[in-house]
Amino acid sequence: MKIEVSQLTKQYKNKFALNHVSFTLEEPKIYGLLGRNGAGKTTFMDMLAGNILPTKGDIFVNGEKPFDNRHVQENVCLIKEGNNFKKEWKVKEVIRLYSFFYPKFDQQLAKQLLETYNLNPNAKVKTLSKGMESALGITVGLASKTPVTIFDEPYIGLDAAARKQFYDVMLQEYESEKRMIIFSTHLIDEVSLMFEEVLILQQGELVLQKSAEALRQQTISVTGRQEQVQQFIKNKQLISKKEFMGTMTAYVFADRQEAIEEGMEVESIPTQDLMIQLTEKEREDRHEAIS
Amino acid sequence: MKPKLDESKPIFLQIKEQLEDSIITGAVNPGERVPSTNEFASYYKINPATAAKGINELVDESILYKRRGVGMFVTDDAKQLLIDKRKQSFYKNYVLPLKSEAKKLHISQSELEKMVERLDEE
Repeated sequence: MKIEVSQLTKQYKNKFALNHVSFTLEEPKIYGLLGRNGAGKTTFMDMLAGNILPTKGDIFVNGEKPFDNRHVQENVCLIKEGNNFKKEWKVKEVIRLYSFFYPKFDQQLAKQLLETYNLNPNAKVKTLSKGMESALGITVGLASKTPVTIFDEPYIGLDAAARKQFYDVMLQEYESEKRMIIFSTHLIDEVSLMFEEVLILQQGELVLQKSAEALRQQTISVTGRQEQVQQFIKNKQLISKKEFMGTMTAYVFADRQEAIEEGMEVESIPTQDLMIQLTEKEREDRHEAIS
Repeated sequence: MKPKLDESKPIFLQIKEQLEDSIITGAVNPGERVPSTNEFASYYKINPATAAKGINELVDESILYKRRGVGMFVTDDAKQLLIDKRKQSFYKNYVLPLKSEAKKLHISQSELEKMVERLDEE
């Protein structure tokens, strides 16, 4: 599956939800789509699933536009944070319906997940708790076996144990058959180690697209005496720095070995921190540019 | 095995170092099978590609070898190779930090030597 996004723009009145975004996703990887509230993540996922049309620009799934295109849509399953299913439907009707729609739908897996999550097949969606409804979404998403599966904050109301079960099954499924999984969440610390590639959106623009492992290697946190760190970060791409009692910690794009040889304390930056700092910086830069 | 990985270091390195430690301490012996990429991935909830990177580096360093369709195994020389490698980095990773901390605290060379000797006695 190949997803090509070119100058993709979605405008609501004066506001750009997405502003000329371009990138390509090609491999069946687990992608982390990250960003602050209002960054444009959900807008992008809705366009990929063919739910809404772009204002400008294009999105292609294997060369075809998703909107109103059954051929694309049966290969793309989007599970959102709520209201995925009609309230009047029974759980088993949801499963049956989706199994008709997605050609590779795995009944066996769906059944197993319903049991794992104690979902009664005869219960109506409207009687389910928030967590149960999320569990049903996860069940459909995983069992759909679509080559592109998108989870947009799929686990509102799910407790930690149930989320862990979800990660377990997701990794198992991914290992047994590689597919493109796009994952968007605010609980980054819980899932960041599962990402193979990370995309960060900020105010409708793509700030970063990088392999998670490269990101962890190229971005480091260095701590040392202030002068020492100041010297080290000269001519390097700085993400953020803070100072306390003559000691400075800087997040920077730099070579780990070089920093160790300079005698500084070197650590990796948790993905969650990195996302916050990168989007924070972006905001400041923009502010400076305006003023 | 570490119960959990942390984000302080690249994940593939942590996988690699864990395997190395297990071989050095004898938890896994030459000729024995080590967990697969997928086993690491589901145990630690990490991306299989990341686990594969750590394992593949050990294959390149002749610590592990692949038996097609069966899995990854520890080579006969693995332990010795690893001990040699770790000895080489021992100075940099352990002695240098020790010296630099001692310098910070104004601990003299002879005081430092005494402390190391005391360790032997205890």
